[in-house]
Order: sequence, then C-alpha cells, then structure tokens
Amino acid sequence: MTTLAPHTRFLTHRLIMFTLRQPAFVVIMLVQPMIWLLLFGQLFKRITELPGFATGSYIDFLTPGVVIMTVLFSSGWAGMAFIDDMDRGVMDRMLSSPVSRGAMMLASVLNQAVSIVVQGVVVVLVGLALGAEFSGGIVGVLVMFLAAVLLGAAFSCLSNGMALIVRTSESLIGFSTMLTLPLSFLSSAMMAREAAPDWIQTVSSYNPVDWAVVAARQALSADPDWSAVFLRLGGLFAVAVVTGFIATRAFRSYQRSL
Amino acid sequence: MTHAHETAIEAVDLVKRYGDVTALSGLSFSVRAGTVFGLLGPNGAGKSTTIKILTTLSTPTSGSATVAGVDVLARPNDVRRAIGVVTQKTGADPQLTGRENLLLVGHVHGMRGRAAKQRVDELLGLFDLTEAANRLVKQYSGGMQRKLDVAMGLVHRPTVLFLDEPTTGLDPQARSEMWSEIARLAGHERLTILLTTHYLEEADHLADHLVIVDRGRLVAEGSPEELKSELRGDAVVIDLSPEASVDAARTAIEGLAGTREITVSGRTIRTRVDHGASAVPAALAALERSSVAVAAVTVARPALDDVYLRHTGRTFASAEAAQLEVAR
Repeated sequence: MTTLAPHTRFLTHRLIMFTLRQPAFVVIMLVQPMIWLLLFGQLFKRITELPGFATGSYIDFLTPGVVIMTVLFSSGWAGMAFIDDMDRGVMDRMLSSPVSRGAMMLASVLNQAVSIVVQGVVVVLVGLALGAEFSGGIVGVLVMFLAAVLLGAAFSCLSNGMALIVRTSESLIGFSTMLTLPLSFLSSAMMAREAAPDWIQTVSSYNPVDWAVVAARQALSADPDWSAVFLRLGGLFAVAVVTGFIATRAFRSYQRSL
Repeated sequence: MTHAHETAIEAVDLVKRYGDVTALSGLSFSVRAGTVFGLLGPNGAGKSTTIKILTTLSTPTSGSATVAGVDVLARPNDVRRAIGVVTQKTGADPQLTGRENLLLVGHVHGMRGRAAKQRVDELLGLFDLTEAANRLVKQYSGGMQRKLDVAMGLVHRPTVLFLDEPTTGLDPQARSEMWSEIARLAGHERLTILLTTHYLEEADHLADHLVIVDRGRLVAEGSPEELKSELRGDAVVIDLSPEASVDAARTAIEGLAGTREITVSGRTIRTRVDHGASAVPAALAALERSSVAVAAVTVARPALDDVYLRHTGRTFASAEAAQLEVAR
C-alpha cells in the first residue's frame, strides 16, 4: 500500500495533463454549466410562484442544483478514460506493471474533483452575476463543493467500474445516460421537493444526488440545519467508499475476460 | 533482482479456456536466461494468451508458470516488478510526450528525480528519439511509437522483456530498424527476451531458440538452424494453370524419383527434393507428358515456413486464412 500515494499523484497528473491538452474540451467544460444556469434560470423563472417554494430567488435555488447536475454529467463519463486506455493498450500495460489498482481509481476521482471545483467556481460566479446572494457565504460554497466532490467520487467509481465490465464506449454511454437523467430529475436539483409529487419526494430521500443537493442548499442558506448537512455528507462519503471498493474489484472482472 | 536464475521463464502445462473455446491446450516450454526466445505461430495459435498469462494479466485455467524465478500465480506483483511488457497495441499515452510517457513508467517503478531523468534520457538516445522527446506521442510515426513502446518496457531495467509482435504493422524499413534494436538489446543488456511473431523471417533472424505453436499446442522446438536442418534438400513449389488437373499433376510428381513430402493446397503442389535445380526440368517434363499446364515453378532453400508446414500439415498462410474464416 506504500505505492498508493505516489502512484495516485503520478496518475492524477497524467489525467489532468490529458484534459489541459485538449483546449476545446476545457472550453466546453466551462461553458456548459453556464448555459444551464442561464437557460434554466430563464425557463423556470416563474416557478418560485408555485406553492411549496420557500425561497424567493430561483437563481439562489438553482445554483446548487446546477453544480450537482454538472457533477453527474461529467463524472458519469469518467469511465471513458478507462475505455480509451483499454483500446490503446495503456490499460494492459498498467495492469502488467506494479501500478496500484487503488491508485488508478483514486487518480480518476481526483481528476474529476479538480474539474468539479473549477466548474463549480464558474457556476458560482455566474450565479452571483445573475443576482444570487448565497447567504451561507464562503463556508456554504465550500460545503457545496465538498458535497459535489463526494458525489463526483461515487459516480466516477461507478462509471469506471462499469467501464471495466462493459468495455465499450457505446455501452458506457447508454449506462451513464440511463442513470444520470432520471437521478437528477428524481432529486430537488431543479424543483423544490415540496412542489414534486409524493412518490418522487419519497424516492428522492434515498437518492444520493438529492443528498448532495440538499446538503449544498442547506449550507448556502441563511440559517443552515448543520445536522441535516452532516448526515447527508456522511451518507455521500459512505456511498463513495463503497462504490470505490466495488469498482476497484472490477479490475479482476476485466482481467478474467483477458 | 533475480539475475542468477538459469531459467528465466518456465511454463508448465498451460491450459486456457474461454467458455467453449480452448486457446491453450497444455503448453510447456522453458527459456534460458539471457537468450532471445521466439514464440512462433499464426494468429490465433495462442501466443498472446501465453504472454498475458506470463505477464500476470490473465490467469491460466490450469497449469503453472514462473518468470524470473517467481510464480506468476502466487506473487504476481513481484513478477510485474521484474518484467517489461510491450503488447501488440501501443500502450503509450498519445496526449503525453515521449519523455513524459517514459518518466511515468519510471515513476510507477519507484524511480525518482535525477535517476529517473537520466535513465529516460539514456533510453531516448538509445532509441534515437531524443529529437522527438518533447513532442506528443500522437504525432509520432508508427515506427517511432513502436520504438517508444520498447523503450517504455525497459525503463526499470527488467530482467525479462516480453515483446508481443513488435513489428506487426510496421513498414519494411521500420521493421528492419526494430530488428536491429532487438538484436542489440539481446547482445548488450543482460536481458531475456520472449518474442512472439507471426513473421517467419523475424523468428529466424532474431531468436536463439524457438517454439512453434499451433492451435494452442507446441508442435516443434529448437534453434532456427536445428529446425531447418530437419528438412533435407530444397522445396519445389509448382503452381498449376487453372485448367490443369491437380490429381494428374500429383500422380506425375509422385512418379518421379527423389520427390518426397508431397502436399497439395489449392492449385499448388509442394515437394521436397535433394537438388532443386536438377529436379525442376524432370518435374516439368513429367507434367508435360501428363498434359498438365504449369503456371509457375519456384525452388526454395529450407525456410521456417517449411518447418511449420511439415509439423502442422498446412502452410502458414493457409493457417492465417483459416483463422480469419473462424473470426468471421
């Protein structure tokens, strides 16, 4: 296990270089969450007039939702890097070298964490420009990033584990799409929980995406319910650890197929 | 770390099944330390499966193996530290430079700072990649990528290097460059090389010792010279015209004195004779008498292809074609 930390560092560096060397990808990564915030902000502007909405500003309400949705849509694709590596032979080279499997998983998670925080900062700045107030202040924003990173870790591991099992980009795209859209709509990312039908309220209380949204929104509110925040952060951490463990085991499934 | 071992690789009765398909059915061989060992066979013979087992990527259905004196099943991580692997696919990250790829391998193997940098520079020089060192690998030519792959296999000074079809897909010039690199490695470094190839000339040129595998089984073993010397005389290959009768031709050739090991594949008849040059006029005369029209005749000194034909009953080309049929 002594190799875990250094291997994670070297492999994370590799993944970040990979991203930085594709400027078009970086631009899209930064612009996409802005578009969501602007688009949904306009589209659902009057939604706060519905009964059940406590907050007055939809932008304040929507910003954490967009941060969390961005996480789903980028971390859901994390496994594509594994599939590229398999196609190119990088994966087999790694697995026949003493690279720590845990480090391969952790590097992917850290790489996602970096882009989540960068995207999060962009969304927060755009939100502020659109008039959001973020009563929770800097602490609230940091807690939101933490919730986003934990959710991102769980989804990256899920996506990586799935990549090791299905091994084709087509299947992974299908899996990721099938999972991310329903999960984000079965949460309070876009819509206040109280304004959603009962069954969605019930389902969303078991949905880690909703945990992240609620933790972020609470932390950003004027008077956060910290026990609710920590409960959900703890839940997200547990999910991330369990998916990380299972996904690392999936290397065996991949190697069995060789 | 395990230089003293006389035997660098020992494979014992390796069996690998994928569902109903048997890729290896009891393959055993051993490789002496410091030699170049060739694993020769058509596509689908089981070469890559063997490499995957020996490099700890895959596990055998049954059987055992040691590499650099270490059991691949019991202590895979120790094997990984002792070996360098060049797979059929490139294995280099296209978005990193050549130097970055090499450094990453060094770092993974625990090399740090100046020692890692020096080793990387040394390898860049050795493989003539110094000029391209800071370019992204995606801009490399096929030959350069392949050289980088081999360099990546050597960063940590392994005792055993696996090269899985190192020259497949290279143009002739890049191939001959790669051959001289491999020959030089074999000569200079204290290194055992296991090379798989489906190019007969490649095995002939590079390997000290080789095994021929076919359908997951060992069919012949020896040095290229030993294997070729099993075949006395020259091969005569007669291509018949489309309208000629193959049976009549076969009968005519069989009737000639001194022809042996006659095989027919499609419209081609092969035979082995002591002196090719004098056998050809006699063969042509015999075919003429039987009214068999001939399209072409060639005489060849014994080559590994003939060894393969003799042991498997089919030519290398037809084995590859059959494999393609199966794949379809």
